[in-house]
This record gives sequence, C-alpha cells and structure tokens, in this order.
Amino acid sequence: MSLRNNRAVLLAAAASVLLVAGLALALLWAPQDADQGFSQRIFYVHVPIALTAYACFAWGAWKALRLLWTREPRYDLESYTAVHMGVIFGILTLVTGSIWAKISWGVWWTWSERQLTLFLVLFLFYCAYFMLRFSVESGPRRANLSAVYALFGVVLIPVSFLAIRLAERFIHPVVFTRDGPQMSGSMFLVFCICLAAMLALFASLYTNELAGKRLDARLRELREALE
Amino acid sequence: MTYFADVAALARKDLLLELRSRDTLPAMLLFVISALVVFHFSLPSEASATASTGLLWIAILFTALLGLGRAFAAEREQRVLDGLVLAPCDRSAIWLAKAIGVLAFLGIAELVALPAYALFFEPVGWELVAAIVLADLGLAAVGTLLAAMAAASRARELLLPLLFLPLVIPVVVGGVGASVVDDPARYLGFLALYDLIFAILSWASFEYVVAE
Amino acid sequence: MIHARGLGRRFGSKRVLRDLDLEVSPGELLLVTGPNGSGKSTFLALLAGLLVPTEGSLAVDLPRGRIGYLAHEPLVYRELSALENLDLYGRLYHVRERRETIGALLERFGLWDARHQRVSSFSRGMQQRLALCRTLLHDPDLLLLDEPHSGLDVDAATLVDNLLSEVAGEKTLVLASHEPERLRRLASQDLALA
Repeated sequence: MSLRNNRAVLLAAAASVLLVAGLALALLWAPQDADQGFSQRIFYVHVPIALTAYACFAWGAWKALRLLWTREPRYDLESYTAVHMGVIFGILTLVTGSIWAKISWGVWWTWSERQLTLFLVLFLFYCAYFMLRFSVESGPRRANLSAVYALFGVVLIPVSFLAIRLAERFIHPVVFTRDGPQMSGSMFLVFCICLAAMLALFASLYTNELAGKRLDARLRELREALE
Repeated sequence: MTYFADVAALARKDLLLELRSRDTLPAMLLFVISALVVFHFSLPSEASATASTGLLWIAILFTALLGLGRAFAAEREQRVLDGLVLAPCDRSAIWLAKAIGVLAFLGIAELVALPAYALFFEPVGWELVAAIVLADLGLAAVGTLLAAMAAASRARELLLPLLFLPLVIPVVVGGVGASVVDDPARYLGFLALYDLIFAILSWASFEYVVAE
Repeated sequence: MIHARGLGRRFGSKRVLRDLDLEVSPGELLLVTGPNGSGKSTFLALLAGLLVPTEGSLAVDLPRGRIGYLAHEPLVYRELSALENLDLYGRLYHVRERRETIGALLERFGLWDARHQRVSSFSRGMQQRLALCRTLLHDPDLLLLDEPHSGLDVDAATLVDNLLSEVAGEKTLVLASHEPERLRRLASQDLALA
C-alpha cells in the first residue's frame, strides 16, 4: 500500500513540475508563430490535452479487453476510471479548441476543424457510456456491457475521423485552414514537454481516482460485514 | 454447418413472430412515409435538391431505430433470451439471426420508402440504392448489438438512440456522400469498410452482452 | 459434478448468497430450501450459467447443452404455439428424432391437444407443464428445477413427483422448493438457505 502511495505522490509531483515547466516554456520561451502570433501558444495546451484524451480512451479500451479476456472484475473499475478521465480531457479539448477558434477565426464553433468535430462525436458517444452504466445494476453484467461499449469507442475513433474527412467534401468547403504547424526544433521540444505533462497529469489523476474508488468499495464491504 | 442451421431456426422464429403479431413492420412502413411527408413541409421551396437526400437518410436512420427498439421485445417478455442463451449453440448465432430479421424489415420498409421518395422529391439513382444496401448492413449489425445492450438496462427505449446515433454518424456520412458527389466509389468503399469492421466487432462481442 | 467453494453472489450492493461450500456427485438429488428471497433462484441460475459468481468459485462438469433448467418464467415465446416453441428449442439443442420426442413429451404432460395454441392463451399450470417439456426435451444429465410444482394442479403435481422418482438416482437433480416435504424422501443432500 505504501509503495502505491509513493507512486501516487511521485506521479503527482512529476505532473506538477512538468505542467509548470511546460506552461512557462510555452508562454515565455517558445518562439512566436509567424502567422498567428501569441495566440498560437494555446496549441501547446490544446493538442496535448486532445492526445491525452485519446490515450485515456485507448487505455480504457485496453482494460476493457483485459476484462473480457480474463473476467477479472477489477478491470471494470480501471476501464471506467480511464474513460471517465478521457471524458474530462475531452471536454477540456472542446473548450480549449473553441477558445482557439474564437481567437483565430472569430467564431466559437467551426465544423471544419476536424479534431473539434471528432471530439464532439466522442463526447456524445461517451456520455451514452455513462448513461448505460447508470441504468444497469453494478455487477458482472454491467462490467461486460461497459467493456463492449468501450471497445466500440476505440474503434469508432479512427472510423469517425475518416468519416469527418470524407464529409468535408460535401458538407462544408474548408474555409479555414490550419496546416499542421511547421514546428521548429524548440517548438517541438516545448510541445513534447507539454504532452508529457498532460500524460503525467492523467496518470496521476487516474491513480488517485482509482485508489479512491477502491477505498470506497472496501469501506462499503466493511460496513456491510459489520451489519 | 450446424451454426447456420441454428441461425436459420432462430431467424425463422422471428419471421413467424412478426407474421403472428404484425407489430413492427407496419409501424416502420407507416413511420417512414409519415417522416417523408413531414420533411416535405419542413423544406422551404428554395432548399436545394441535396437537402432532401439528407432528410431521406434521417428517415432511414429513425426507421431503423424504430425497428431496433422492438427487436428484442419478444425475448424481453418472460426472459426468453435466457432460454436461448442456455442452448448449446454459439451465442453469436442469436445476433446473426436477429440482425437478419432487422435487415429484412428495414429492407422492406425501404422498398416502400424509395418509390415514395422518388414520387415526392427526387428520382432515385443507383448510387443511392447501393449506398442504402451497404448502410443497412451496418445499421442492422451495430443496431442489433446495441438493442441487446439497451434491453439489458433499465432505461431501454430511452437508451437505444443515445447508444446508436453517435455510432452511426459514419454511416450517414458514407450514405449522403455516395448520393451527392460525382464519384461515389470512395463513399461506398467507406460504407463497406464500416460494415466489415463493426459486423466483426458485434459478432465477436455479442456473447458478452447477453451472458455474464 | 458440482463443486462450490466460498460461493457468493451480490446484486449491486445487495448480497444474496454468501460463503457456500458444496459438493454434488452424479446421481445425487440436492434439495435447496429456504424462504423467499433467500437466494434459491440465484443459486440455480448460477448453476445454469446464467449468472457468474461474484465471490468464490463454482464448477459444473458438464457442457451447457447437457443441463436442463426450469426457471420461474417458462422461457418460451408467448406468441408462438407450444409445438413451435419446442420445435425451436429442439433445433437449438440438436435433439435427434425431434418430432417424436416432442410428441411424447406433449402427450405425457397433457398438452398434446393444446399443441397448436399460443402460449399466451395458456393457464399458469399449462405454462409450467410446457416449461417442463422444454427442460426435459434434450434429455439432460443435470436437471435444475426451480419450484417445479408451482402453479400445477394435483394431477400434474403427481405427474412431476412420479417423474422425479423415475429419474432420481439416474440423473443429477437440484431442486429448489419452499415446500420441501413432498421431495425430502428423494433427497440425498439438503441445502438450507437463509
């Protein structure tokens, strides 16, 4: 238990250091973008958050697969926690993306930004995941249903991405373009630090949340045993 | 081979049930025609021709949803699904048979809906027909699995559209794309890819949805 | 044939079964007794494989096609006839000489004349008799019977008693009942749930 606690503390410390360093570097040190100026710096927050959200969903699906494979009930909680974190990072992606759209194009929402559209679809999909969980009694059946749905999610991500690209041809002509940033070496370094910071933040939140939920379950068992 | 015998026995039973009770199919037919009529009134006259194509796809989606909501109605009564799950046949046979039934009902509804669409709105081209056939496969495959999921939950009817719609957005993209662009091959290919991926996934995971 | 170690099952936060240790050999008859809500049905559903344990372990040394499970609900389609239901299950269980087997069962349980009627028009007792036909259709080696007498009139209940005496010793039986007296003479093991 103490080993696990140590790891949680270490992760939290790493996440805080990396976050502060990443943000400071992104705001103060990274070179100014030639086209978009200062506002481009939100890129160092937005993109790492989005990539971390994908990582959460993938981690949740991996745990879901483990659950179906081994039937170990603990994977259910792990998968659920990862998806839960994914939704939080997903909402942050939508918010930061929306702010970026407002700054660079003057609108809060644009369907021509692929990543934003994809996250809207994923947000709806994973909200239904929560609805599904809330309307089934906890137990092996709920674990199975959630796991199957989480697996569908991770397959839906690339398929939806492809669909959104295909839809651009007839839904909206692309008015705004934001080419993949031509990152210089120092920009890329800052980007990597920010990505590492977000991943560490996810790992830290995930470990904490999981420990809390396990403690909760243990407490409930003890209380029941006392009755 | 016994696998397909099981599927045939189960699918035949679904057909028999529908012939008996005549619940689902007439409702789907009436719904799709009503939807098209409503769409006529919701399209301003200066709306482009492609707008009506989009609405046709919405009508198909919701007709499928209507059918899927009823797909496991007979099994939900008196836990018949448990009886089927205990039989020694592969559980995916239950999924396949049910998906075939859903596909058949959806196909019949579209056999009525497409001429009506041609009459009310626009002529129907081969691209549209091909896209609908491919889309139906995906809708039936994914929809049947999700219907079984929703049937296992407390919220049931409420839950199915929430589970279903985000997952079939790619089907709408493929379907609308194939019917409005000049070279539909890419979109038809995308629909076929979707069918393949999600049919395999649904086939493999159905067992976990109906059994603990 | 049945091995349970520390078997437990909870639904949500409600614990229905706990810490059950049990060995049942082939040919035994296990009588499961207890008041309503004591977990009799849950125990049988666990044996049937419809539920999995949440604690402990349970092993049943038979493929699921060799188990016959009689639940509270008859597990048949209401809008199909008795014959159509049994025909479907006969196909799914790959029963040899399906027609003859089904005919003999319907005859035995007094449903032959009603074989073309829909189950929705059946009385509770007729449904229970049809459910018994469904359970016995594939000549299972392990019979899990949840309240086999429920809803039956005196004649049909006697029929069930005769059937049980007939197969006792030959097949393995697990019987759940809240009026165990009529079955106790056959039982080789008693499991009282509280």
